[in-house]
Amino acid sequence: MREITYSEAIREVMCEEMRRDPTVFLMGEDVGVFEGVWGVSHGMLAEFGPERVIDTAISEAAIIGNGLGAALVGMRPIVEIMFGDFMMCAGDQIANQVAKARYMSGGVANVPLVIRVTTGAPGSAAAQHSQSPEAWFLNIPGLKIVTPATPADAKGLLRTAIRGEDPVLFFEPKMLYATTGAVPEDPDFSIPFGKANIARSGKDATVIAIGAMLPKVMRAADVLASEGIDVEVVDPRTLVPLDKHTIIQSVTKTSRAVIAHEAHVRGGPGAEIAAMLSEEAIEYLDAPILRIGAKNVPLPYSPELESYVLPSEEDVAKGVRSLFGKA
Amino acid sequence: MSDFEVRKGPKPEELKGRYEPSLLAEMFRRMNLIREFELRAIEERRGGLIPGFIHSCVGQEATAAGACLALNADDVITSTHRGHGHLIGKGGEARYMMAELAARSPGYCKGRGGSLHLADFGLGILGANGIVGGGIPIAVGAALGFKLRGEKRVALAFFGDGATNEGSFHEAANHAGVWKLPVIFFCENNLYGEGTHITRSTPITDLVVRAAGYGFHGVVVDGNDVLAVYDAVVEAARRARAGEGPTFIEAKTYRTRGHYEGDPQVYRTVEEVESWKKKDPIPAFRAKLIKSGLVDEGTLEEIQGQVMAQLDDAVAFASSAEKPKPEDALAGVYADTHNGLVF
Repeated sequence: MREITYSEAIREVMCEEMRRDPTVFLMGEDVGVFEGVWGVSHGMLAEFGPERVIDTAISEAAIIGNGLGAALVGMRPIVEIMFGDFMMCAGDQIANQVAKARYMSGGVANVPLVIRVTTGAPGSAAAQHSQSPEAWFLNIPGLKIVTPATPADAKGLLRTAIRGEDPVLFFEPKMLYATTGAVPEDPDFSIPFGKANIARSGKDATVIAIGAMLPKVMRAADVLASEGIDVEVVDPRTLVPLDKHTIIQSVTKTSRAVIAHEAHVRGGPGAEIAAMLSEEAIEYLDAPILRIGAKNVPLPYSPELESYVLPSEEDVAKGVRSLFGKA
Repeated sequence: MSDFEVRKGPKPEELKGRYEPSLLAEMFRRMNLIREFELRAIEERRGGLIPGFIHSCVGQEATAAGACLALNADDVITSTHRGHGHLIGKGGEARYMMAELAARSPGYCKGRGGSLHLADFGLGILGANGIVGGGIPIAVGAALGFKLRGEKRVALAFFGDGATNEGSFHEAANHAGVWKLPVIFFCENNLYGEGTHITRSTPITDLVVRAAGYGFHGVVVDGNDVLAVYDAVVEAARRARAGEGPTFIEAKTYRTRGHYEGDPQVYRTVEEVESWKKKDPIPAFRAKLIKSGLVDEGTLEEIQGQVMAQLDDAVAFASSAEKPKPEDALAGVYADTHNGLVF
């Protein structure tokens, strides 16, 4: 299978779906002429024209609210929010309008809206351009939350998002855009939501790796293997819906659970997964459930400060070792 | 009252040849249905049938009926927390509205929405809204959808004076203006954002001034004159369909009941309310119709009788309708609920 980047995988599926379905369009800040500040929509304006690759004002509430309105009259908008941090500018539209439109209408309203959001620290971008806001939205019923970590998952999950009938927050880690991987070319290749991927099988401990942490966790697992600790890595791929079954099954086998994400530890996705495990699988655990994430401070600018705050490959290895009483 | 020309509707003798009598009768019917629906809902709330809030639009029926009747059936609206009038104006059925207010299963939202979230997508009603200004970006998005598909449909956003101080208004207006979308911004300026007079919240009192900042055409109408409202929306819809871009219509009006039922209304005087009650749009329109000779008194009385019967039916329907089962609360969050489980 040919290898492409994460960024190319996203572009490829957007283009395929736009060719296939005239109601799909892309809208966001600098997605057209600029081709996206992350380069994701490279060449799309040239292919689809300004009617379907729409440069917006710097107006997050309007971008998401307009996406909702277009979805309610039968379009399938993909909107891009340049930095996850900017989601708060559109807070009402996401939390009170998009997420609740179907439920408030008694299940009638269809909201096939995909909100593509970048997430994570790209390096010295500081406190307002580095956050991983996935968990902010976990407490809002009505949204689906997708966190692809590989090019193939990005492609397969984005297709499911575009063809689905519900609003999806699709989190793209900035640091993964340039990573490469094998991606199927089948024009209908898709990955269902709520199905975790076992990225590595192991028997001694389960590490649940979310988004940009997956490559770090995989490297940590290699290190740990050389020390005799056989780690299973589970990537949930979607936080809502969450594949509890696969996670619990893995933990049942390994008796140890670590959750790793780039979001802050306090109230992060790991808190929810840990709570779920303590409710549903505590009897299988031989050690406390451990969360690894960013320290609970805003993301700092200085490279030294930033790398101290962000979770590293070494933090994961250390965390897993601690479950075995090792330093 | 305004530094701008406040457009009035035509005089009684000018109605002939300009409006179909059947349209005039329908306007009268809808205005009465809105008024009586709300008075009845307030009564039923006191009686215990309705558990939630009611924000009535009593006194503002002309904006809702006039604006909605100027639209086509496949045009869409977004509404507000004061939305019963807009719903009825666009053809919403009293039975399903009353059943929703009564939190019953056959209500518009199956008892999950209530007054603040009434919607009928089939009629182009994209929803009332509990958030001030929340519907405006949605209407602009609907207009964007129509433009992208090359459809000659129009979206109209209702909102109050208070919403023009929300960011959503400004962001949505900016996109609508720069993209010349087929959308109408319909501002019901009733002078109060909840309990705060416009002069205490906003540095201008003629909100139409804001139209220019977004490249909109701007119009001020007497919001208690249903034909003035109708004419302004007909023209705005024509402009929208012709690709001439958005129109901001400021309708000067007043709600004669509280912000919500039970509002102590400490922010205004009884004299002020009484002076506006004299400008009640329903008797004014009734008198105009009779004077015009196009609709006779007998017909108007017949319409009023039909409205009352329709509301008796709506209340009977709502009171006897089934209540949702508690576990119904878990359905309808997503299109696909994973075998019925909420996730």
